[in-house]
Amino acid sequence: MAIRVALVSPEREVWAGQAEMVVAQTIEGEIGIRTGHAPVLGVLVDGSVVKIFPEGGEVIVAAVGSGFFSVADNEVSVLAEQAELGAEIDLAEAREALATAQAAGDGDNPQAVAERRARARLRAAGADV
Amino acid sequence: MGAQLRVLRGKIKSVTSTAKITRAQELIATSRITKAQERVALSKPYSDKITRALTALVSHRPGINHPLLNEQPEDKRSAVVVITSDRGFCGGYNSNVIREAEALQALLREQGREPVPYVIGTKGVTWYTFRDRELGGEWVGFSGQPDFASAERVGRKLVEDFLKTDAEGGVGEIHVVYTEFVSMLTQEVQVKRLLPLQLEDVERVDGPLPSYDFEPSAETALDLLLPNYLESRIFHMLLQGAASEHAARRRAMKSATDNANDLIGLYSRQANQARQAEITQEISEIVGGADALADAGRGE
Repeated sequence: MAIRVALVSPEREVWAGQAEMVVAQTIEGEIGIRTGHAPVLGVLVDGSVVKIFPEGGEVIVAAVGSGFFSVADNEVSVLAEQAELGAEIDLAEAREALATAQAAGDGDNPQAVAERRARARLRAAGADV
Repeated sequence: MGAQLRVLRGKIKSVTSTAKITRAQELIATSRITKAQERVALSKPYSDKITRALTALVSHRPGINHPLLNEQPEDKRSAVVVITSDRGFCGGYNSNVIREAEALQALLREQGREPVPYVIGTKGVTWYTFRDRELGGEWVGFSGQPDFASAERVGRKLVEDFLKTDAEGGVGEIHVVYTEFVSMLTQEVQVKRLLPLQLEDVERVDGPLPSYDFEPSAETALDLLLPNYLESRIFHMLLQGAASEHAARRRAMKSATDNANDLIGLYSRQANQARQAEITQEISEIVGGADALADAGRGE
């Protein structure tokens, strides 16, 4: 039994299909969602990673910014204002973004978010951070 | 070559090159409309889902309270967000929006409120700064191809000002004037109230809504959902505006090209007439000259 998954950003639908399980990070920790999960509306950590385990395929990792996920009727919708698949991320460019964010960061809130997002993108792309 | 003919040939040349430019603009605008419509379609899943989630959240907690939902009767300032284009050559697109925005501001003044314009797009900004009007905010550089980051910037600033009081330079309500893309031929200027959000605005969805658990809590979810919902609405309006801008530009450039082609036809006919008149005149001069010579010879 699979669960329908849609990873959506305001500009496009990033990924949609059937999956075994989805793992997302909320403020209170990681949550794994399989088929038949009770309806949940959860807030994602801004600058975190969502993992989708499709039926018989490679794990799909995506970096997400500010957003939330909702589970209902055997369907998971991950809605994030920034969403990017790991496979689509250019490593060199992501490293640069992290360096810029770190250089600009002095513990100020928006910059800390930028740094977290940059780290999430690197993690999604498969680099060690 | 006669003076009249030279002038006409010059006119034909210049109108022809104008027609080339307007024709190219028309073609560019046509291809951009399609792209803009695609972007509207791509943004639909997100806005549908966020609307559904918000509806579910709100209908579950009837007594829910949030600053963005509250009326602020004590604040007399109203923001009027005007979405215009960065570039001209688009017929009445900008003047229609600005006219509607002015009408709205007049109405707000009648109700004893103080309207503050917030302007998106160079054309609108120029219009207001030329008239020395105080702007609450201005954003330029993305009207033709808006990205979500721009909508986010606009949304943040609007929410920030909405949460401030009059004395701090904030506003009590936010209206948006933008152009909705109805079809290739029709675009309508719309006036919508953005904040405070009316829950009746949140569209009804069919079927029973799932009873959600909230992670970590309904309040946190609402804190995130409301601004995101707002930004997605603004993004939608920017996209509609962009599609309308391209459609208006296509129409304006098409009539400019048609007009130029009519003019070329008219000038060509006049030039041909002038050329023929010139030839006729030359012939009659030659004949006249020959007659005069013959007469002179006979007279001797």
